[in-house]
Amino acid sequence: MRAEELAGLVRARYPDVVVARGEATLVVDRSELVDALAYLRDEPDLSLDSLSGVTATDWPDRTPRYWLAYDLYSMAHTHRVRLKVGLPEDDPHVRSVVAMYPTANWHEREVYDFYGIVFDGHPDLRRILLPDGWDGYPLRKTEDLGGVNTRYRGAFIPPVDRRTT
Amino acid sequence: MPVERLEGLHTGRGQAGREDDEDEVRRGILLTTMDKAVRWARKQSMWPVTFGLACCAIEMMAAGAGDYDLSRWGMELFRASPRQADLMIVAGRVSQKMGPVLRTVYDQMPEPKWVISMGVCASAGGMFTNYAVVQGVDTIVPVDIYVPGCPPKPEMLMYGILRLHEKVRTEGHFK
Repeated sequence: MRAEELAGLVRARYPDVVVARGEATLVVDRSELVDALAYLRDEPDLSLDSLSGVTATDWPDRTPRYWLAYDLYSMAHTHRVRLKVGLPEDDPHVRSVVAMYPTANWHEREVYDFYGIVFDGHPDLRRILLPDGWDGYPLRKTEDLGGVNTRYRGAFIPPVDRRTT
Repeated sequence: MPVERLEGLHTGRGQAGREDDEDEVRRGILLTTMDKAVRWARKQSMWPVTFGLACCAIEMMAAGAGDYDLSRWGMELFRASPRQADLMIVAGRVSQKMGPVLRTVYDQMPEPKWVISMGVCASAGGMFTNYAVVQGVDTIVPVDIYVPGCPPKPEMLMYGILRLHEKVRTEGHFK
């Protein structure tokens, strides 16, 4: 199915669909996230039964600041739809979809790890790639660039370019 | 065997002593100090621990394989167990999460032990000046030789190894 046809189908229920570069993107409010995913998965003509990934972007100058993207794929129809949800800066919470798509488990942990977005109802929301006890969320645009201190057993050694002799 | 071949094993009595040494070699006797003999033996057969982390490891493997052949210096045997190794070649960038693993492997190696930091990432973070990568492996383990390059060619690693051999042969005391 072409992206325009897909967008037409989705618009019947959720009007905010954008088609760009041959890809259909649906934008919903975070309160609608679980219902929208369930609709996209269970509607026979859409049948988006596979979650390819969950990822996030950080736009410090926009409102809302954080945007989650759920990339969905249909095994039966081999088409794709992206679903986006905006989250405000002061309350980056959203419902977890692990119960609906088990593959979201590690994806949501990764987004939590790097952006600090909390997925309510996630069965095991802890860091997945960074060491336990890491301070901060490194992919937020407000984080400092450059190397960080080596954190090893209480040692705290700065990067080479910030060391004094 | 001419005395010149017996690198590091002459008595160190200077030029005047060398003819005596040569006589003794002909009689099947070598004279040296315990320090020199032990250091010479250590240098001749270093066993590196397998610690490839990134693209530098490919060059390290190339150095160990047929074309470059580290076995010429008695060190083709990369050990999978740190307990059987005395040289750690940190080949590649060390992520912050890998740091404690690296140190644990290092701690499990028996004394005496040496570390070569291979490539610019292991030495100083390299192009990865970011949150994910340790900015210099010398913040975690003591490093003997830094080999620059991105990645260093096998010849560069071999040069670093030979410099380490020189260090092992000439420095330190046998305990």
